[in-house]
Amino acid sequence: MSISKEEVEHIALLARLELSETEKELFARQLDQILEHAGKIEELDTKGVEPTAHALPVVNVFREDKVGKELDLEAALANAPDREDDSFGVPKI
Amino acid sequence: MTETNNIPGLLAKHGFEAVIGLEIHVELSTLSKMFCDSAVTFGEPPNTHVCPVCLGLPGTLPVVNRKAVDYCALIGLALGCEIADFTQFHRKNYFYPDMPKNYQISQFDLPLCSAGRVTVNVDDNKTDIRITRVHMEEDTGKLVHIGEGGRIAGAKYSLVDFNRAGTPLAEIVSEPDIRSSGEARAFLQKLRSILLHLGVSDCNMEEGSLRCDANVSLRPENSPKLGVKTEVKNMNSFRGLVRALDYEIVRQLELIQDGEAVKQETRHWDAARNITTSLRSKEEAHDYRYFADPDLVPLKLSREWVKKQEESLPELPDARQKRLISAFKVSEYDSRFLTQSKAHGDYFEQVMENFGDAKMAVNWIMGELSAHLNADNKEMAESPMQPERLAQLLTLVEDGSISGKMAKEVFSEMYETGKTAPEIVDDRGLKQISGDDELAVLVDQVIGENQTAVEEYRSGKKQALGFLVGQIMRLSKGQANPGKVNEILREKL
Ligand SMILES: [Zn+2]
Repeated sequence: MSISKEEVEHIALLARLELSETEKELFARQLDQILEHAGKIEELDTKGVEPTAHALPVVNVFREDKVGKELDLEAALANAPDREDDSFGVPKI
Repeated sequence: MTETNNIPGLLAKHGFEAVIGLEIHVELSTLSKMFCDSAVTFGEPPNTHVCPVCLGLPGTLPVVNRKAVDYCALIGLALGCEIADFTQFHRKNYFYPDMPKNYQISQFDLPLCSAGRVTVNVDDNKTDIRITRVHMEEDTGKLVHIGEGGRIAGAKYSLVDFNRAGTPLAEIVSEPDIRSSGEARAFLQKLRSILLHLGVSDCNMEEGSLRCDANVSLRPENSPKLGVKTEVKNMNSFRGLVRALDYEIVRQLELIQDGEAVKQETRHWDAARNITTSLRSKEEAHDYRYFADPDLVPLKLSREWVKKQEESLPELPDARQKRLISAFKVSEYDSRFLTQSKAHGDYFEQVMENFGDAKMAVNWIMGELSAHLNADNKEMAESPMQPERLAQLLTLVEDGSISGKMAKEVFSEMYETGKTAPEIVDDRGLKQISGDDELAVLVDQVIGENQTAVEEYRSGKKQALGFLVGQIMRLSKGQANPGKVNEILREKL
């Protein structure tokens, strides 16, 4: 498996990361190594092994449909990068 | 409705057919959100029903609302779906400011419900629309675009209200089995009726608790191959759905005829301009990098649990339609009208608890009541006129106390003032004169005053009778029972 520069650029775009040319080459190489390492698992015979859905052997954790404590407005907006009246302000899309 | 009927014909003329699949998002009417205990609300001041979980703050942990799972399973069962033994939540990753975590918790390859179907009735033809899946997810916050009329294009910046973020959603996905905007409308109406009977959502399209997106493509008639599809979004009414689909079908047909290719893209329905426009995203193919949400453990659903859900299913529109037809002898058409929402059927059945003539009851609900509610922009469930009151009014018509024409006036006054029919009839002295003796006096007076007409009638001019009846009605200020007047007059002549 070999990760191309274009693939690194695509992944960077999806993650909203700006990478330099040197970084793109570095990450392509590193991603390659990671995937190769993970690829080792494919060498195992997993026939008859149930896929693991979760690291914890736990299922069915629910809460009842009840309303609890909410944040007050000032607390909710305390970390807003930008604010107008009672709303979060965000740059145009 | 001509617009819905035209388009399939136009397509057929050119040897094409439309292939449409719908994706419907339903906001579930739970008290609290999907993964936290903030309240589910509508129209509240911005950011007043939020908590660290639905704001996506670090270190928080989502926990599944049991009721939302029950509701989603009920929807699946009502649509004839299979309920999974094992289901799990995935993260759908993308950046958009209405989503604080930069991923939406949704379901991917293991949805709660799959493989169902809905039978719809269009122009008395029954068609099955297959349901691919029904899955659970969370709603996003609400964006308000500031500048240039609230549109995304030209907005200077946007404001975010996270009250809606985390509201439980069921997403219902149909197979591309729909062939026209008329079928799409019928499908959505049927679905809405089922949801309302289940009581899992208020299905208010204007408020966004029922939202519909469509995949639309054209292909040569009866070809097994699918054409290039566009995804049309933002149709927030039945009318919008029909118009948007018709517009999109014609747009694609024109492209094909001009030898141009239909581009795979997302298009936005602009109800004000009656067109769909391309959502100028840089064709950055959807790449959501779904992966199992490590914050949420899977759900293992026992068959006993499924059985319990099944047993709690209420009567659904199809079953109710059959029952109304057999119990009240209403027509197929009327039964469809009465099962368009739970409230319609309930209203009718409550009228029938105090009244005997089903056809008359349907006519009044379909006519006067619906007209008044429409003018008021009210749903059947919000009717200010109680069904018992309507039954009382109809009884007065049936026993001849007031005429059908007067009953309409009385109805309007009842609707406006909340008074009962007998009160209004008494206040306004509207009671119809049906007593034989009273009527005989009026008839005698008119015969005495109109000898010419009487002679004419006796010499064979039958239309003179109408004139005489008219005179009697006038003399009684419209209160005489016309049927009885006719009867007595004929006798006397
Ligand atoms: Zn919350």
